[in-house]
Amino acid sequence: MTPPATSRRCDTRRLLAAAAFALVTSGGVVMAAMSAPQQAIHDGYAAAAKAADPAFSAFSAERGKALFQGKHTGGKAATPSCTSCHTDDPRKSGQTRAGKAIEPMAGSVNPKRYTNRDDVEKWYGRNCSDVLGRACTPLEKGDVMAYLLGL
Amino acid sequence: MSTPISRQHRAAIASGIVVAFSVSGAAPAGADGKTYPPVRDPLVAKECGACHMKFPAGLLPAASWQRIMAGLKDHFGENAELDAATAQQVLSYLMANAEPGPKAGTSASGAAGEPLLRITEQPWFKRKHGPKRISADALKRKNARSAADCVACHGTIAETAGVFED
Repeated sequence: MTPPATSRRCDTRRLLAAAAFALVTSGGVVMAAMSAPQQAIHDGYAAAAKAADPAFSAFSAERGKALFQGKHTGGKAATPSCTSCHTDDPRKSGQTRAGKAIEPMAGSVNPKRYTNRDDVEKWYGRNCSDVLGRACTPLEKGDVMAYLLGL
Repeated sequence: MSTPISRQHRAAIASGIVVAFSVSGAAPAGADGKTYPPVRDPLVAKECGACHMKFPAGLLPAASWQRIMAGLKDHFGENAELDAATAQQVLSYLMANAEPGPKAGTSASGAAGEPLLRITEQPWFKRKHGPKRISADALKRKNARSAADCVACHGTIAETAGVFED
């Protein structure tokens, strides 16, 4: 059954509004709409960030980029940066120190990123320890996620 | 993954090797096999293979795997920690498919009797490769990252089928 034309127009408007809302997140930074599993991981980090700091409003891809691309000193000498293994361009494949390829981190070229919470937590746990010498905060995890999924 | 039958079969072969070598005194079991069952367990393949070659479990004795899995926080210089449930599953697989020997107190232990962690430290590995084959020059010629870069010389079949030909 075909719905009346007015209802269709209304649906379209609603869809557009939803899409616009999905595009503008992370403090006004435009990023691609997240898949349901990505959204769930994002929301988990947002809730934890809010619990740690009631003033938290949104994740920042800019802060995430600075953390991801930055050189750090607290961790291991061989891995001073995320880019040590992931390369400067997250749209490209990286390489582990043992020589295995690492699939791109950017959500635009690898939509599987940030879809499995256990895997995400496992890698943040290992890599924040190796690069920073400490655990990452929920804010940092969400910021890097905003950066990588926004690329 | 090994079936009970193939494990028995391997154990039988291994004990044959032990008998054959006991005359000369060199007896690391499994050392002469050029084929080791490759990792087929999906969880082990995923977790171990994310960073490095999926080393067949039969390349190390159970005691070495136990020590490796107990020290994932510093896994040859990298943090490779797993959640407890996953680590236990991986360890169970490695233990069930480990090299049948050598036992504690034999030559595959360090100075303090600790299990040797590296495949390249195992007596059979050193005997099979010798200093020339894994010299810095030889490794460079093959573009090998280290002596543990099996596929650089043995080819990808070492990882996919566990075949380690000369």
